[in-house]
Amino acid sequence: MKKCTLHMIVNGEKVSIEVSPNSTLLDVLRDKLNLMEVKEGCGQGDCGACTVILDGKAVNSCLTLAMQAEGKEVTTLSGLNKSRKIHPLQKSFISHGAIQCGFCTPGMIMSAKALLDKNPHPTREEIKVAISGNLCRCTGYKKIVEAIEAVARGKEEKGGEDVTA
Amino acid sequence: MSQLKLVGKPAQRYDAKDKALGITRYGADFTIPGMLYARVLRSKYPSAKILSIDTREAERLPGVKAVITARDVPYNERASNVVGQTTEIGAIQATQPVLAKDRVRFLGEPVALIAAESLEIAERAMNLIKIDYEELPAVFEPLEAMKPSSPPVHKGGNVLARWKIVKGDIEEGFKQADVITENTYYTQFQEHAYMELEGGVAWLSDDGVINIRLTTQVIEHYRDVAKILGIPESKIRVIGTFIGGGFGGKEDVTVETFLALLTWKTKKPVKLVYTREESILAHSKRHPFVMRYKTGAKKNGELAALKAELISDAGAYAYLSAWVLLYATVHASGPYDIPNVRVSSKTVYTNNIFTSAMRCFGGTQVCFAYESQMDELAHKLGMDPLKFREINYIKREKRLPVGQLIKSEVALPETSSRAWEALGGPKKSKKGKRVGRGFASGMQSYGRLTMLHDSSRAWVGIEMDASLVIRTGVPDLGGGQGSSLVQIASEVLGIPGKDISIHITDSSLTPLAGTTTATRQLYMSGNAVLKASRNLREIILNKASRMFNVPGEELDLVDKKVVVKKGEREMPLVDIVKQLAADGIRRNSFAMFNAPFSEALNSEMEQYKRVFPDFTFGTQAAEVEVDEETGKVRVTRLVSSYDVGKVINRNSLEGQMEGGAIMGMGYALLEDIKPAKGVIQAQDLAQYLIPTSLDVPEVKTVILESGTGLGPFGAKGIGEPSMTPTAAAIANAIYDATGVRFTSLPITPEKIVTALKKG
Repeated sequence: MKKCTLHMIVNGEKVSIEVSPNSTLLDVLRDKLNLMEVKEGCGQGDCGACTVILDGKAVNSCLTLAMQAEGKEVTTLSGLNKSRKIHPLQKSFISHGAIQCGFCTPGMIMSAKALLDKNPHPTREEIKVAISGNLCRCTGYKKIVEAIEAVARGKEEKGGEDVTA
Repeated sequence: MSQLKLVGKPAQRYDAKDKALGITRYGADFTIPGMLYARVLRSKYPSAKILSIDTREAERLPGVKAVITARDVPYNERASNVVGQTTEIGAIQATQPVLAKDRVRFLGEPVALIAAESLEIAERAMNLIKIDYEELPAVFEPLEAMKPSSPPVHKGGNVLARWKIVKGDIEEGFKQADVITENTYYTQFQEHAYMELEGGVAWLSDDGVINIRLTTQVIEHYRDVAKILGIPESKIRVIGTFIGGGFGGKEDVTVETFLALLTWKTKKPVKLVYTREESILAHSKRHPFVMRYKTGAKKNGELAALKAELISDAGAYAYLSAWVLLYATVHASGPYDIPNVRVSSKTVYTNNIFTSAMRCFGGTQVCFAYESQMDELAHKLGMDPLKFREINYIKREKRLPVGQLIKSEVALPETSSRAWEALGGPKKSKKGKRVGRGFASGMQSYGRLTMLHDSSRAWVGIEMDASLVIRTGVPDLGGGQGSSLVQIASEVLGIPGKDISIHITDSSLTPLAGTTTATRQLYMSGNAVLKASRNLREIILNKASRMFNVPGEELDLVDKKVVVKKGEREMPLVDIVKQLAADGIRRNSFAMFNAPFSEALNSEMEQYKRVFPDFTFGTQAAEVEVDEETGKVRVTRLVSSYDVGKVINRNSLEGQMEGGAIMGMGYALLEDIKPAKGVIQAQDLAQYLIPTSLDVPEVKTVILESGTGLGPFGAKGIGEPSMTPTAAAIANAIYDATGVRFTSLPITPEKIVTALKKG
């Protein structure tokens, strides 16, 4: 199959790479850009583990063709640490015990971030709606919702220490 | 150590930060230059003869590096006995071939392996393999399969195992009963639905060792792999990753044998990751049970007799079905003191997908049955269900029907009253909705069957700068297994968690710690780490005692310092460590912890002294809102109340209790793989529904600490117990709301609408 050149901004950096037109954004992020924090849990948009932010919107990267990201901005979990500081959502997930196996965490945090970017003070119900496409089998969601709510209420506003600390 | 400084607090898990930052690498996240990609070709029929397999065309496809079928496998049998098992249960005869040779027994059974330069090529090659099948008669219902006229799944009849417990005189017991309730309960196949798919990579290293890095609850399957390849066990190394959820589904062998075979054949690194659809086809499910129960009580509320007949669907291969059945049999009469009990059970082969371990391991099916029975009896007697149970809860120092003495606290009167209280008073029903409340109590063993002679090992050593290293082969399932061990060592040695590194889950480099199953790691490896840490503490304090000229009892280890309790003096731990090194004294400790051992059981289990190390007891209470028109049930409140013995990490504990209850809610209301003639209908996560953030209530947790568990500092296990009574509690709440006793899970809107129409 003929390759295409994809230009996008991934976690703040310009990227241009050769991709197959049928590659998904998930495949490109993982296999070409080594962004292994983007998880595959089902490959068909049912579980939300592969959630990334595409031009401000949380999307399932497994359902997004790579070429749909042409000229757009993609943020993955590791893109939250560009300033080398832990993002408030990451810090809150840690301190609230919202992480067990951690496999849903990258997608969950990206869905939460997309919500808070648009709606910095969501209700509990709005939080639940925002993460309803992200399945978690370990936690029962309670601590995840609490972690996001704490950030929304400004309790974790400061963010964190250096990521390497 | 009467004052615990760290244990019991909501400590931050050491693995949480890496997971939040996206640094943690799971089974599918490793790549090796030059690696090949593998696929597994699986049977399309639930029961068929394989007439021929033609792989020639697939092998000729450019880029294909290996095609493996049954005839290429040196020892084509998956081991029947499981890690740590010292005595085989007689009835387990039929083991599964690694790759099917001339017969397939369930849809999805592996037939061939392919390794190719790319996944696309491997997939194309898969379609080029020609298999000639001849369909054979099949059987899908255990009750049907038990009949002599049914097609045999294996040679020698379809009943795989049976157990029996008899206590007292069952007929006499029912004569003494004033009220009797009788019902048959049915449960479904449940899928583990962990978020991380099975996967890993394997490679050959210079020393001739095949290394397999994968997501697994049991690194000790390296023994099976060695046997299958016909090479020494020392030549297989399994490195576990952090596991993206398992719940028992990554307890049996998953991809490790396939990876090893392909690496052994090609001498190249190989990667294999299942798709979601393949995962659902490839791994075990929770056993469906048919449970016929009859229970009688006297007017004063005392239970007189309980009779249970259990039949479970083992699917096409044995796996852990005999043990799951044994658990169900021992737990079948619940946490009650009943003078006359008779439990008999069978597990039966069918051509369904095989069934094996899943959280609660036979304990939740029977809990649904016995707690429905208890509710029915309380209503028949006109007694408050709470009061009725309180009269009958088994007490410490009493024996279960199997003969095992309960040695730890049974705090059920308290867990139940506290759960009920926390649930809150009855809510008014809105128009078109019916609100109801219910609860259920459960018991669940923690630690493996004592006949398996279980043990765990840990190594704890202090570095020259007084930082600490722990090595123990514990697979971390996501429950914070590793993190709790750090906390325990930190408590004993006064070294902050940030200065402790723990190395886990490597069959070659970490002392074997057994499986992360059976709610055993905190109990077993917690004790091993505790023992090793205490030994090391003694070594340090002995030396310090001489240096200070003060008796060891007067010294303590606090924040990397040795302090004299009565007095101002202290010394940096690092100085003691240097002195130990200078004097040639070891600065580490290796400890092994053994669970209580017992003799092997036979199927007539009369008055055995001990089957399990101990049990965890607890209660869950639920409030539901049933929509009369749609039949949809909304769980509006859910309370989980347990005596956990001793809290180690409060965050991790609450996480288990909340997550377990929600998994139980899914089991009660939603989840079912719906096999139709051996074909799974719910083939992906769009059709197999698990609870989402919009479906769940916020689980309230009530935590009691009796301090009587066998784990470190008196802790009990909570991983599995956290789910045991949920389905029963919800079913009892639905009864309260609708007046209908639902006896089959899941309780779907269809069932409710049908029942309400009958009304």
